[in-house]
Amino acid sequence: MAWLIAMPVLLPLLVVSFSLFAPDTEVWSHLRSHVLPEVIGNTLWLILGVAVGTGLLGTSLAWLVATCEFPGRRLFSWALLLPMAVPAYVMAFVLIGVFEYAGPVQTWLREAWGMESGFPAIRSRAGVTMALTLVLYPYVYLIARNAFATQGARALEVARSLGMTPLQGFFRVALPLARPWIAAGMLLTMMETLADFGTVAAFNYETFTTAIYKAWYDLQSIEAAMQLSSVLVLVVLVTLVFEQLSRRRIRYTATGAGAVSRFRLRAARAWLATLFCTLVLLAAFLLPALQLIGWAVANIGDLDARYLGLAGRSLGLAAMAAGLAVCLGLLLAFAVRRAPTVLSELGARVATVGYAVPGPVLAVGLALPLIWISGLFQDLSDWVLGEDRLIIVLQGSLLGLIMAYVGRFLAVAHNPVNASLMRVSTNLDDAARGMGLGPLGVIGRVHFPLVKGGLITGSILVFVDVMKEMPITLMMRPFGWDTLAVRIYEMTVEGHWERAALPAVVLVLVGLIPVILLTHRLDERRPLSVYKAPEEEAPHAA
Amino acid sequence: MRQRPLARLNALMAVLVIAAGVSPVAVAEAGADEAGELVVYSARQEHLIKPLFDRYEEKTGVRIRYTTGDAGQLMQRLASEGRRTRADLFLTVDAGNLWQAADRDLLMPVDSAVLRDNIPEHLRDPDDQWFGLSLRVRTMVYHPDRVEEGELGSYADLADERWDGRLCLRTARKVYNQSLVAILIEEHGQEQTEDIVRGWVGNLAADPFSNDTRVMEAIAAGQCDVGIVNSYYFGRLQAADPDFPLRLFWADQEGSGVHVNISGGGVTRHARHPEAARALLEWLSGEEAQQLFGALNMEYPANPTVAPDPQVARWGEFKQNDINVRQTGARQREAVMLMDRAGYR
Repeated sequence: MAWLIAMPVLLPLLVVSFSLFAPDTEVWSHLRSHVLPEVIGNTLWLILGVAVGTGLLGTSLAWLVATCEFPGRRLFSWALLLPMAVPAYVMAFVLIGVFEYAGPVQTWLREAWGMESGFPAIRSRAGVTMALTLVLYPYVYLIARNAFATQGARALEVARSLGMTPLQGFFRVALPLARPWIAAGMLLTMMETLADFGTVAAFNYETFTTAIYKAWYDLQSIEAAMQLSSVLVLVVLVTLVFEQLSRRRIRYTATGAGAVSRFRLRAARAWLATLFCTLVLLAAFLLPALQLIGWAVANIGDLDARYLGLAGRSLGLAAMAAGLAVCLGLLLAFAVRRAPTVLSELGARVATVGYAVPGPVLAVGLALPLIWISGLFQDLSDWVLGEDRLIIVLQGSLLGLIMAYVGRFLAVAHNPVNASLMRVSTNLDDAARGMGLGPLGVIGRVHFPLVKGGLITGSILVFVDVMKEMPITLMMRPFGWDTLAVRIYEMTVEGHWERAALPAVVLVLVGLIPVILLTHRLDERRPLSVYKAPEEEAPHAA
Repeated sequence: MRQRPLARLNALMAVLVIAAGVSPVAVAEAGADEAGELVVYSARQEHLIKPLFDRYEEKTGVRIRYTTGDAGQLMQRLASEGRRTRADLFLTVDAGNLWQAADRDLLMPVDSAVLRDNIPEHLRDPDDQWFGLSLRVRTMVYHPDRVEEGELGSYADLADERWDGRLCLRTARKVYNQSLVAILIEEHGQEQTEDIVRGWVGNLAADPFSNDTRVMEAIAAGQCDVGIVNSYYFGRLQAADPDFPLRLFWADQEGSGVHVNISGGGVTRHARHPEAARALLEWLSGEEAQQLFGALNMEYPANPTVAPDPQVARWGEFKQNDINVRQTGARQREAVMLMDRAGYR
């Protein structure tokens, strides 16, 4: 079952790995001696930096918002998600535009203070890490906040009654209990970082992904590009399996009902918390948003009726992909839960590895089998109806496009859903079965209400990701299916950064509305109040 | 007792997944294939081609459908679609891309006296598989306060020590720079070119920028004094700010001439309407289209009998390097490897 869902990823990967048997020796020896050493170091540092950055930022913000009370908490609770709607490449061009030597900050420093040098270069490892951290931390934040909010009050109450300070309670109880959620969020940010092209290209920072593009476009060897991709996928798979094994024997079940009662922070600390959240929001959202709006207003003449279509198609595609991805993510999680064999768990890992694969590679891999299948149908229709009466093209079709999206973003849907499903004790399944519910009844009447939070989280993430997605949309969209992201590409490809701002603003606006709406729903939900869990200590070894 | 319902559930899931996968088979409407339609894959941006297509539709009634995208990806799409492709015409920027399309057997030769007359020999494929439609000049910009015009000369000269810490370049990942280096290899050979590129890297005032506009902004702000850019990027900044302080310099006028690249197109190997596609290409190389083609992006017309846009014309005349632009593609791999070895990122 898990393997069936893995198809949209597995097919392209198989196609891709077939190229392993036809090595292009000239290109490989060049890559080995002049490109890979630097690129691998760069990639590792970047992933490490982004993982640590998003982990710290996302977890601390989630903890503050979920369990503490301070001025502005309710506002920050959803506002801190906003940076998610900012495409990473937009963040990159804003950061570089503002902090570059020729940008306003350094120009002001030179003119007002005569400061000629000493300002750290923005186009550096630190700069690109910062850009990615600022747009990706919401992945950790969203998932971790959900975890902290649904942890159940009892464990923390016990910690407090044992005389732990809130800080001790955080480090010794809440954090270990939230580990799989935080890990799931950080994994997503790491995979997104691996597959990122737009941001690192803007910083001229060479990573494994730029090496894949280099092999494909610059060295004219799609074979070498595919081989590099297979290596990438293999490394990611092995990492994922290890991560899985490391917490294989641990079960996480919620103990006790009710939301955590929030800890009211005292004056100075409360304002410090407010300041911290404000700063993050300022850097990650307000600054890029202001810059974008400035540029967009200057080019408002570009706005015409076509934008309605562009926005509509962006929304439609994102909604379709999000719906399908969440359904498949849920099925996948269930499939593994019902039959937790090594094989099915590996299948689940394969199904979600697409998130680490650069979009174009996945698209190329998916196009070949689609073309083959449409060829079969074409032959059939030619034979039945006559030559060319019906033209069947799957590769440039909506179906192919959605399949590619799902292949790429299944991990984003699956991780939060799976994480919330882990919270549901298997005892509960047995109890429900004992009361005469069938397997579908268990899913519908017991599991579904309990994992609703994970489903909402997953669909928000996929929705926003698809809205921002560029290479797959460019390559696989049907005729006339231009979206906002395609428009942004059209403008940036020849350096019209300012004119790209208008579609970017529309994208942020259209992407934001669902984020705000859905997070409000998420906040209103009374977590885990529907049932009393069996008495259990958590975590415990199974 | 646990087994049976589980199996049923799995079967149900399997059916759901298969149904989701198969049901919406995309079927293009039959009869879309009538004669008055052309399909174009274009790596040239929409706002640079749409006005031309609109004009052509108005004139001839031929309906043009197009999809835009990245050149590498569109070529891959053409290759994988093979004889089932809907595309009749492939348009792209950079001669290297056109060479690659021909090299991968994605284009067909077009025997057209009109095209051969309109487009100079070094801007089209010797085998007639693709034709240049606009000229993009990659040359130098400098800040007149800090550089005397007489100091400037050839591309190779920018490797000289006197430019130490005064040069700004765009990233080596951009195909325009790869094409420039490819032509330098064609002229000076591998070894000498590698020395030139090493010299450039040694003279850089800052890490290579991600685009030409940033190079010029850096020169204007005083980070460096001279850079290499495509002239239309300069035109854009000049149009936005008439007082923009930088000046263009036509490189290598004492030697073989300034480096030119093209945007252009060719008829696809499996075109369903090769005749209509050829007619469109011919029209694009003619006077009316050429004026628009260049002017839309401040490029130069490929057809030498057509005058460039007035703002562009003000930059003056230049001698262009007449090595066939196909060399940019044929030597691209060599150029990229050389730049990697020389540490040009």
